[in-house]
Amino acid sequence: MKYESQKVAYWFFAAAILLLSLQITYGFIMGFARMGYDGLHEFIPFNTARATHTNLLVVWILLGFMGAAYYIIPEEAQRELVAVKLAYAQLISFLLVGVVAIIGYHLNYWEGRKFLEIPRPLDWLVVVNVLTFLGIILTTLYKGKTRTTTAMVLAMGLLFAALLYLPGMIWFDNQTMDSFFRWWVVHLWVEGVWELIMGGILAFLLIKLTGVDREVIEKWLYVIVGLTFLSGVLGTGHHYYYIGVGKIWLIVGGIFSMLEPLAFLAMALFAVAMYRKGEKRHPNKLALYWTLGTAIMAFTGAGLLGMAHTLPQVNMYTHGTLVTAMHGHLAFWGAYGMIVFSFITFAMPNLTGRRLYDTVNGQLAFWLSNIGMIGMTMAFGVAGVAQVYLERKTGLEFGAVQQELEVHFFVLVLTATMFATGIILYIIEFFRYGSPQDEAIGMEEDLKTIY
Amino acid sequence: MLSKSQARTFFLGGTAVTFAIFLGLSWNSLVNEVPAQTNAHLLNAEVVRGKALWEKNNCMGCHTIFGEGAYYAPELTKVYERRGEGYIKAALMSKVPWAPRGRKMVAYGFSEEQANDLVAFLKWAGEVDLNGFPPKPDVKR
Repeated sequence: MKYESQKVAYWFFAAAILLLSLQITYGFIMGFARMGYDGLHEFIPFNTARATHTNLLVVWILLGFMGAAYYIIPEEAQRELVAVKLAYAQLISFLLVGVVAIIGYHLNYWEGRKFLEIPRPLDWLVVVNVLTFLGIILTTLYKGKTRTTTAMVLAMGLLFAALLYLPGMIWFDNQTMDSFFRWWVVHLWVEGVWELIMGGILAFLLIKLTGVDREVIEKWLYVIVGLTFLSGVLGTGHHYYYIGVGKIWLIVGGIFSMLEPLAFLAMALFAVAMYRKGEKRHPNKLALYWTLGTAIMAFTGAGLLGMAHTLPQVNMYTHGTLVTAMHGHLAFWGAYGMIVFSFITFAMPNLTGRRLYDTVNGQLAFWLSNIGMIGMTMAFGVAGVAQVYLERKTGLEFGAVQQELEVHFFVLVLTATMFATGIILYIIEFFRYGSPQDEAIGMEEDLKTIY
Repeated sequence: MLSKSQARTFFLGGTAVTFAIFLGLSWNSLVNEVPAQTNAHLLNAEVVRGKALWEKNNCMGCHTIFGEGAYYAPELTKVYERRGEGYIKAALMSKVPWAPRGRKMVAYGFSEEQANDLVAFLKWAGEVDLNGFPPKPDVKR
């Protein structure tokens, strides 16, 4: 790192991986419940586990993004963060809101709208928190010496993510309207502005890791985020097929969501091409693994598997089945989980001064988590296709179908164990780095003489 | 070859155009389609109270409605037609977990009035025009 205030990123990363481990725990609770072992039902019913699992996902990814922004913006703007203490306060208050929300979910206190379960009073606290975060980032950028494209794309993604949270806070009497605007948040986040954030982080990593000229990387960054919005905004239509709005969305949503993989394909080609074009080889091999990994897995999980069931003719049958869970898991892991991991892997040696660039544990963490997640995706996929056929095609009763599917959840839990082992190894490596050190400031400059 | 400023124009221009189209289509849906397709005139106090209960208890955390939810418990869009009022109310008012085939539902023990509100909400949901969803099974067992 170059600036002392970048150290705050470390604490965001630590909080993120802590919440990830909690998320995985709740995932196991649901996996077992689906196998028929729901011993915790009285204390943690499925809807509690589900809301906790998905909300922890959103929160840890956001913490990862925020940490990355606190690391990237000072370097790109060439100055210390304004108000470092406020950044720490922002982290602590964000975690407090999260903890209160999760305790609430165990006490039937929530707003049961898929992914946006946080109750309204806490929503306002989230808004204040995110405004504080944005205030620090944007002021730093404004006062900085330089405003790079990478920093602007990242900041724009964060700003729009905050703005798009608001439509989810409007009350509607009509379930269709409620659903319509809920997707403005959920879809336009994950298939819109989050891709901007991902693109910004990816560009920063590629500039650092490959040494390719910034102008070249940033030009392609524009193309990628351009493709994202070109396809993703109207691609929102794939959530509007069957919720009570008109048939025009079948056409618009169908065509544009079929184009959505293009942005991810461009991202994968871009990352690989920059890696091959780059003349320097950064010694942080693991960061390179994760960076190329995220580009490829995002294309597979978010791009291809999403495309597989996005046409209205297909979605008519797969909508509201485990096929969605198949796509959801690899998409979130590949695109957003892995980009956060890439960044943490890149940043840790720079923050702490310990150069654990290529360790056995680190390698195992990468391969086990990724192979485990691919296995989980396959288990969900098989269960989903079987569910579609039995329930939607032959009309077998829901509960009877679910009993037929139990065996697939055994496979899910098995592969999830592999995934979790990878994550545990990653966490062990994280703690081996120790805490951020002042001596690490400027250490990257020495590195330039090594490679 | 593409220059950086051309790439930026592509990004900003493409975003502005698609977003404008998206807003226009959304406006059209909300003003012209939703009132008719969802029978907005049938949204009485009972249905609205039912929706509030639906959210307050995170029913979507297990069930799905309009295909949206968690797939752990049955899709409820057409449940009124499929099971009828008596069955639904029995499940909602039960003091012990309703557990067909062993999979447990939280024992909410709703009052008669609350159960009526939820039934009204589900009945309304069943009549919304969902462009043909859920599909009718067409393969012989």
